[in-house]
Amino acid sequence: MKEKLQEIRRLAIDSIDSVSNLADIENLRVKYLGKKGEITILLKGMGKLSAEERPIIGQIANDVRKEIEELIEVKKDKLNNEALEAKLKSEKIDITVSKKKSRVGHRHPLLSTIKELEDLFISMGFKVIPGPEIETVKNNFDDLNSPENHPSRDMSDTFYITEDILLRTHTSPVQIRAMKEYGVPLKMVSAGRTFRFDDVDDTHSPMFHQLEGLVVDENISMANLIHTLDIFIQELFGKDIKTRYRPHYFPFTEPSAEVDVTCFKCRGAGCPNCNHTGWSMELLGCGMIHPKVLENCGIDSTKYSGFAFGMGVDRITMIKYGINDIRLLFENDNRFLEQF
Amino acid sequence: MLLPVKWLKDYIDTNKSARELADGLTLSGSHVESIKALDNGIENVVVGKVLKVEKHPNADKLVICTIDIGKEKLVIVTGAKNVNEGDYLPVALIGSKLANGLEIKESNFRGVSSFGMLCSLQELGLPDNVIPKEMRDGIFILDKEYPLGTSILEVLELNDQVIEFEITPNRPDCLSIIGMARETAATFNYKLNEPSVEIHNDVDDINDYTNGISVETDKCTRFYSRVIKDVVIEPSPIWLQTRLMKAGVRPISNIVDITNFVMLEYGQPLHAYDLEELNGKKIIVRQAEKDEKIFTLDGNERTLNEDDIVIADGLEPIGLAGVMGGLDSEITDDTKIVLLEGANFNSENVRLTSKKLGLRTEASTRFEKGLDPNLCSIAVERVCQLVELIGAGTVVKGSIDVYNNVKENKELELNPERCNKLLGESIPVNKMLEYLNALGLESAYDGSLINVSVPTYRLDINIEVDLIEEVGRLYGFHNIKPKALLGGLSRGDKPYKNMLEDKVKSILEGLGLNEVMTYSFISPKAYDKINLTKSDDKRKYIKILNPLGEDYSTMRTTLLPNMLDLLSRNFNKGIDSIYAFEIGNTFIPKNLPVKSLPDEKKVLSIGAYGDVDFYEMKEIVEITLSKLGIKNLSYEREENNPTYHPGRTAKVCFNEEFLGIIGEIHPDVLRKYDIKTKVYTAQLDFDKIVDLTNLEIVYKPLPKYPSMVRDIAITVKEDVLVGDIEKIILKHGGGLIEKLELFDIYRGDQIEEGLKSVAYSIVYRSYERTLTDDEVNEIQKVIIEDLERSVDAKLRS
Repeated sequence: MKEKLQEIRRLAIDSIDSVSNLADIENLRVKYLGKKGEITILLKGMGKLSAEERPIIGQIANDVRKEIEELIEVKKDKLNNEALEAKLKSEKIDITVSKKKSRVGHRHPLLSTIKELEDLFISMGFKVIPGPEIETVKNNFDDLNSPENHPSRDMSDTFYITEDILLRTHTSPVQIRAMKEYGVPLKMVSAGRTFRFDDVDDTHSPMFHQLEGLVVDENISMANLIHTLDIFIQELFGKDIKTRYRPHYFPFTEPSAEVDVTCFKCRGAGCPNCNHTGWSMELLGCGMIHPKVLENCGIDSTKYSGFAFGMGVDRITMIKYGINDIRLLFENDNRFLEQF
Repeated sequence: MLLPVKWLKDYIDTNKSARELADGLTLSGSHVESIKALDNGIENVVVGKVLKVEKHPNADKLVICTIDIGKEKLVIVTGAKNVNEGDYLPVALIGSKLANGLEIKESNFRGVSSFGMLCSLQELGLPDNVIPKEMRDGIFILDKEYPLGTSILEVLELNDQVIEFEITPNRPDCLSIIGMARETAATFNYKLNEPSVEIHNDVDDINDYTNGISVETDKCTRFYSRVIKDVVIEPSPIWLQTRLMKAGVRPISNIVDITNFVMLEYGQPLHAYDLEELNGKKIIVRQAEKDEKIFTLDGNERTLNEDDIVIADGLEPIGLAGVMGGLDSEITDDTKIVLLEGANFNSENVRLTSKKLGLRTEASTRFEKGLDPNLCSIAVERVCQLVELIGAGTVVKGSIDVYNNVKENKELELNPERCNKLLGESIPVNKMLEYLNALGLESAYDGSLINVSVPTYRLDINIEVDLIEEVGRLYGFHNIKPKALLGGLSRGDKPYKNMLEDKVKSILEGLGLNEVMTYSFISPKAYDKINLTKSDDKRKYIKILNPLGEDYSTMRTTLLPNMLDLLSRNFNKGIDSIYAFEIGNTFIPKNLPVKSLPDEKKVLSIGAYGDVDFYEMKEIVEITLSKLGIKNLSYEREENNPTYHPGRTAKVCFNEEFLGIIGEIHPDVLRKYDIKTKVYTAQLDFDKIVDLTNLEIVYKPLPKYPSMVRDIAITVKEDVLVGDIEKIILKHGGGLIEKLELFDIYRGDQIEEGLKSVAYSIVYRSYERTLTDDEVNEIQKVIIEDLERSVDAKLRS
């Protein structure tokens, strides 16, 4: 019997070695190890052996069985791996082919700039407060201390609906609304559409966009204004950008300033873009809220002070993306939109 | 405001360059727009004297000049006709450069060599609009003898620079050389040397020449007048002409030039009348009569009314107050006696007259911005002084001054503590005093407050905070150290509606749509173009009183026309597909004509052409709304909306609430927009979407029990809506239908004409137990029976 087992082992090793597909190896497993397999059948004849021989032959039979099992498993793994490899090889594709199947959407560059600016101010603790596009003359001019006969009120500068109602010429009336509604302390920004009687050309549009901000509380100073705007500008344009606060005039702030920033092209070295000054002009207007404006909104100007600032978002967007014609922002050419 | 640096240096003593001055003034509040060099690259042009002018032997139109330039004599051939022996004129030497870039070389004119060129003012770089009329053609002849060989740049003060400032409207006092000199002095801590005016030849008496001045309107604050006799009208000396040209004003003749010079110097517009042309030799300042006429200096006849102020003589208007003089009393070559006017008029009145007549002049722009009445006399006296200086006439003794409410300095107080608190700095009191005094604001400290006397020319300083600005700007905003805001932390946020707007934009971007942005105003024709019926509410729009043009004249009540416009533009540029959306305001009036602010209602507008069809547009809307928690929308056919395709348009509703319309644009509308492809759009009420949004998400446990799938295929009439079939199926599901999927709609072979086959896959599942075949079969049976009954369906086997 021992010889018989050795014979089975030898034959099994040979045939496992020569098998080349998974089906054949399964047949071999059945042939040797199955319920009716050769080793099983052989082991059934163990009863005829003597009590001394039985454990010895049993041991040998088990060893042979285990060996064959292992060989079959190893062979199976090998064949499986080969099959997978062949499959992978056959699935090779040209990875340089482009099939444009998915559509990608794009946000409008100006509106995403507004969102970016708002988010920046939100992170600095400002509330976003929206305001209407159609406004009262009172909110847009009177309460902002605009002189009664100021030319900006002319019909050649401002679109009117009636004598008392107009298309807002700046986002500043939202300051008035916010101060009247929320009182002090207040830290807000507001962005949106504004309108002026300007014919369309590459830098003008009768509709444009501003972002306006305001802080009112006790002890608010010009030094606070500069600190806040410096942080904002550096967040927006980079830490290497410097600012310059120039005295200016706005009816609703006193003192008032305009803010220049380092030229974006040459970073301050001077280039044709900045007229060789190194400064990009008039990015922002700002100042300490005029006491009359505070009083107009029911805020005690002897107790409270505040600062306000405003900027043209169209210009910031154009600077940011190097857009040289404001009309592109309103034309909505798909080839333009898909660049952002 | 143009500031020639050499002129500035008449009043302050400085070695600073134009660039240094400009930088300093910019930081103290006078914004520099540009610095222009006046030499225009000119080199080697010198003063020469014409010794001889001879005919050219071979050319009738040329002459040969012998020119003495001091160190040598040159032969120069010229075609100019105004050159005479003894003239002093600019000579461009061989190798010199002119303003137009021309380089002078030796040249030969018909056999005669020429060693240089005689120059005109244009060739010296002066712009045409400031060159005196008589000097526009021909060589520029100097007014007197200058050292031969001197650079012409020196003679004409063209070795100078002009700084151009943008002056803010609150500082009309800076629209003058003296005003800017005062700013310069304060900025750099220089002493300001104002001209000291002395008049030598006071002869006769003004009352011998005039019969008085009467002011009959409160719109004229002051009228100051002097008389000059023995006037000789002739061109001004070159220095005066040059000054004017450099500041952008064209020289005319001596008297007029002096008034313009003083206007530039002090900012006070002045006028000179030919006294002998004044009827009755008197002046009356009064309201114009209705339809009164005047011929202004520019030769036009103007019709006036009671709102306009005129200067009249005994008979008729001779000037339009603050705007322009009259033609009849204009200074001419024959004028012998001049009456000078230095007056102050109500700025609003001048503005309205100037605007009404469409006549803006140097004088009117200055009066509009506001002027100090105390300047009137200073300026007129200065004119008299200059008249004497250049010998243009003899000043008559005495003046007539009608000035009822003399304007006095304002007395203000500045609290140094408040000043530092507002600026966020600690500027010492003595510095504050220094800044204020340097600006001419006489200031003294009484131990607690600074008392400031504000001169009348500072119209902009009225309250304490105005003084704080003065201190701040001279200290330098750039010197203020930034300080962080103090106080409790505040949380930044934005309103829910704006947050949702962002969310919707992100969803649509994710779905492959591009965001667009269009004007809030549209053409009234747009409402016709989209075929709105005459009674449509969208035609109740707000009109702009003064639109830029019809295309921008109404506030939109719908976003659709803008969407179609942009789709049309893209289509006609050959772009084959676009998916676009806009969230924007529509303006719904509460009353017409408008009496109060309208409602601004937000609309979500989606538009697309290309591969898109109705179902994709519907899916875009469904996905977007489902992300906002608005699920299970219902649809109704919209067959009678003239904007849309009658068979391919739906009203979108949620729980009976109308949200908007999805549909294909009517071919007739497309034709008007010149779009030759199908367009699909969705117009949704964004405000309503905001109201219905529910962002709360409650987790639902994953199913533990198996599902059961059944298919149903039925035939129904063509016009049965699958939506109705689905309603029936879901009605009988008993909450066990997990998913209902329409997987086929089929017409054709084996289906009777006019019918369609509709096939669904229904997934049943309970969250509590395993479903049995029997109960699902029972549900299926009820569904089929109802379908047969309600929509006349036939089960397909």
